[in-house]
Amino acid sequence: MEYEVVVGLETHAELSTITKLFCGCSTKFGAEPNSQVCPVCLGMPGVLPVMNKKAFESAMKVALALNCTINKFTNFDRKSYYYPDLPKNYQISQNYYNLGVDGYMNIDVNGTIKKVRIHNVHLEEEAGKLIHPEEVGANYSLVDFNRAGVPLLEIVSQPDMRSTDEVESYMQTLRKILLYTEVSDCKMQEGSLRFEASISLREKGTEKLGNRVEIKNLNSMKSVIKGMEYEAKRQAELLDRGETIARETRLWDEVNERSERMRSKEEAQDYRYFPEPDLLPVLIDEKWMSEIKSTIPELPFDRRQRFMEVFKLSDYDASCLTEEKVLADFFEYCLSISDRPKAFCNWIINDLLREAKDRKLDIYNLPIKPKQLAALVETIERGIISSTIAKEVFSEMILTGKDPQKIIEEKKLVQINDEGFIESVIDKMIASNPNVVEDYKKGKKNALAFLIGQVMKETKGKANPKLVNELLVKKVGG
Amino acid sequence: MSLLQSTAYQIKNKIISREIKSVDLVSSLFTRIKHVENNIQAFIVTDEKKAIHDAIEIDKRIERGEEVGLLAGIPVAVKDNICTKSLPTTCASKILQNFIPPYDAFIVRRLKEEDAIIIGKTNLDEFAMGSSTENSGFKITRNPWNLECVPGGSSGGSASAVAADVAYMALGSDTGGSIRQPAALCGIVGVKPTYGRVSRYGLVAFGSSLDQIGPLTKDVRDAALLMQVIAGYDSCDSTSVKVPVPDYMEGIESDVKGLRIGIPKEYFATGLKSDVHTVIKDALKVYKRLGVEIIDISLPHTEYAVAVYYIVANAEASSNLARYDGVRYGYRSNNAQGVIDMYSKTRAEGFGNEVKRRIMLGNYALSSGYYDAYYLKASRVRTLIKNDFDAAFEKVDCIMSPTSPVPAFKIGERANNPLEMYLSDIYTIPANLAGIPGISIPCGFSKEHLPIGLQILAKHFEEKKLLQIAYAFERETDFHLKKPPLNVSSLQGA
Amino acid sequence: MDKTVIEYIANLSRIDLSEEEKVFFIHQLSNIISYIEKLNRLNTEDIEPMSHAIISSNVFRGDEPVVSILREEALSNAPSKIGFFVKVPKVID
Repeated sequence: MEYEVVVGLETHAELSTITKLFCGCSTKFGAEPNSQVCPVCLGMPGVLPVMNKKAFESAMKVALALNCTINKFTNFDRKSYYYPDLPKNYQISQNYYNLGVDGYMNIDVNGTIKKVRIHNVHLEEEAGKLIHPEEVGANYSLVDFNRAGVPLLEIVSQPDMRSTDEVESYMQTLRKILLYTEVSDCKMQEGSLRFEASISLREKGTEKLGNRVEIKNLNSMKSVIKGMEYEAKRQAELLDRGETIARETRLWDEVNERSERMRSKEEAQDYRYFPEPDLLPVLIDEKWMSEIKSTIPELPFDRRQRFMEVFKLSDYDASCLTEEKVLADFFEYCLSISDRPKAFCNWIINDLLREAKDRKLDIYNLPIKPKQLAALVETIERGIISSTIAKEVFSEMILTGKDPQKIIEEKKLVQINDEGFIESVIDKMIASNPNVVEDYKKGKKNALAFLIGQVMKETKGKANPKLVNELLVKKVGG
Repeated sequence: MSLLQSTAYQIKNKIISREIKSVDLVSSLFTRIKHVENNIQAFIVTDEKKAIHDAIEIDKRIERGEEVGLLAGIPVAVKDNICTKSLPTTCASKILQNFIPPYDAFIVRRLKEEDAIIIGKTNLDEFAMGSSTENSGFKITRNPWNLECVPGGSSGGSASAVAADVAYMALGSDTGGSIRQPAALCGIVGVKPTYGRVSRYGLVAFGSSLDQIGPLTKDVRDAALLMQVIAGYDSCDSTSVKVPVPDYMEGIESDVKGLRIGIPKEYFATGLKSDVHTVIKDALKVYKRLGVEIIDISLPHTEYAVAVYYIVANAEASSNLARYDGVRYGYRSNNAQGVIDMYSKTRAEGFGNEVKRRIMLGNYALSSGYYDAYYLKASRVRTLIKNDFDAAFEKVDCIMSPTSPVPAFKIGERANNPLEMYLSDIYTIPANLAGIPGISIPCGFSKEHLPIGLQILAKHFEEKKLLQIAYAFERETDFHLKKPPLNVSSLQGA
Repeated sequence: MDKTVIEYIANLSRIDLSEEEKVFFIHQLSNIISYIEKLNRLNTEDIEPMSHAIISSNVFRGDEPVVSILREEALSNAPSKIGFFVKVPKVID
């Protein structure tokens, strides 16, 4: 039978506030165990939470960016379950009045635009970290509460995705939105961005959703895709054998690329949600909402569309530039100096990005500033240096941070446009390579390229290549 | 009258005027504690060394002419569910037996800022769950008026200590009457402030939407004095309110002429013991003499208050007490295999039966499929109970009733019937549900010569008015001056 | 309230009960629950639930760091630890 896979994603993103959600402890990653804790985030007897406003507003910002309706009355609830990394054995979360509901996000799936509905966006607190010692026979685990209480945003999609491509695009688009809105660093390797998938199959062409299976422990976007493929295949095989799919939660095993049953729906946890009495409700008025809205930058999807339309960039170029907000900002900064979108685009996505990656730096922290890149592009466009020389200038700029004009001057790299001088070099090359000239005359076209190369070499690359070409053809007869 | 029998207010002026030294007072107090503590068992822990040390410091500062706080040199006892940085805080539970908090509760910081001397931590029903202090995991506190009787609860240790003159004032907590009822049963003054008036930061939570810290004192003026210290906004408690704190002492003598007092008929129904009823009627006569207007009112949903309370308080408690799991602090069972077993054994061995019963009841009310029928239903009826008060306060300035339907009962008498015990909180619970303030003052004695308390309730943030009304009665009567027979045999201490 | 229910609730509460305790608590809790059932006499359809005793909202703190307590202090009450980690019996997902 042919099946359609139906996927919904739950995304958790740690918000990059300075302090935790309910106390003033630092959220910095990688600190010594239990060094960023206090009575509040350790769940000591008698402590009380007080909400971090920045975290709340960040959550609201994302809810708005995902086109959610903001609940004018929102409240926090306690979600109860026992786990050693959860200090109070309840998590302060939202259940009855989520911050944002009924939103959507547009994703691009191989050139087609698809709307994925967002069920809700809500704010909650992160748990601590459990460490399982690897020593043989260790019958204990260790707990570090540094992460406990870090603000965590949960974004729940509707089961609107139908393929790995859609899921991939959803994750990428959402990640970009979180980066653009500057609410999270989205470092999956540090756990600040995590996904859980719920997957079901149904016979193609039918409406009714099948029993869904939740997959946890998906530690990278790659494992989301792999876990999803595995699960779709597993369910298809079961259905083909006439078996039913059990509603359950499964754990993805990254090493062996398979999933294992964690618990069934019948054993499902009874979370006993009830309104958190220690926190008061939050009322959100239009004014506050529009204030937060005004802090949302143009989002990657829209920005890409604009780059394609206004600057006539290709889909690929526009996508690359809008991949990260800093790139797109750098690009637009350059454009504010001179209007050469295609040239800037090429320099940024090829050269600058490569250098940034090599140096593990943000593009803004490279020694080359938008103004200098704009100057470099200008010298090429005005024929002062050739694009070959430009690469050399660029390498020097990256090393020294000097202005391109200065490098060109110091290294005497100005392009030679003197026809008389170029002709003299050409004559010399013709004289010393009679065989090659013969070959060319006999019809061997690439002999010309050799001669051009020789002239360029003789002029240390400074001769205007276009001029060399013209004059050579004239000399040897074309 | 001996110094130890004096009120904090009286002693305060003597200390500041250097008529007496705080250190002498503290020493004689500890001598008396040694005499009576065997009988009443009010304290879980005392800290004589630190108290003496602090008293010496205060005396020095007074001698140097330095400015000192509102409670300079006055010995105060603190209920053992309020966190103190250097003293254990056990909530009278085995599960927290050796727990020393790394921080002070907001109100403990306030006491220290006002130069009070914290003498020790008082006994309570485990995690404040109870009305008799019999549910303590460590000891049974006795009523100084009759050692075979309970002091009430859950702030029984604080009430007993003040009544027996082994603390000038004490702090308690009140979730469903836990300050007012023991105050009534021990013949002292107890105030439950408006919800949000006193910071809960550092009060070990029982029912978070109901809990308030408040004073237990020898008279109304002392209650005003202690309220002055503990009331106020705290940025660490989101439910603490930024309403300015009035001067509670100023104008406390104002007369009550023309005051409209509401008498809710539901509070004088079945279950009210006849001699309690008689004493309350006599108290109302005193007010009538002062020119008040007595108005019959109805709080129609009163009969549902206990049911609502036992759902709401225990639902909150079931989640508040989930943190006692043997991981980060407190007792951990040694007989466990694996984490889940560790939790279940730690909690089975660490909690007493009353606490277990309430945790289970709370979890039941919140569990899947029951939330709407129990928790949500109770939360809606809670609104009705609050609406009853709102409507009543349209017509009257305050409401008066007995604090408890019965005087102190015998130890063990009600231990086997939790429901009967719960029902004795019928007059105090509604104020916690509505969040309004209440006071209990001594207003007479039963046939067995056990104290009886008069409860006065007012609108949100009207503690000042409550204190004025209470003081008007106190000025006309001498019930607050009566001392338990315990004193006769052991006055040598001072 | 029967044995299945008490076992379910005891598990949710993470409290081990002996067989005798189960019988004891079934009895006591049943009494209390049947008393609580009296709430069903009231029609509360249009009544808003009350989850706070005060009417207030929007309480926040600024995103400003407060110095954490010392690790020694944070862990001083822990029943079992290794270095600066809290130790618990092995947790299996």
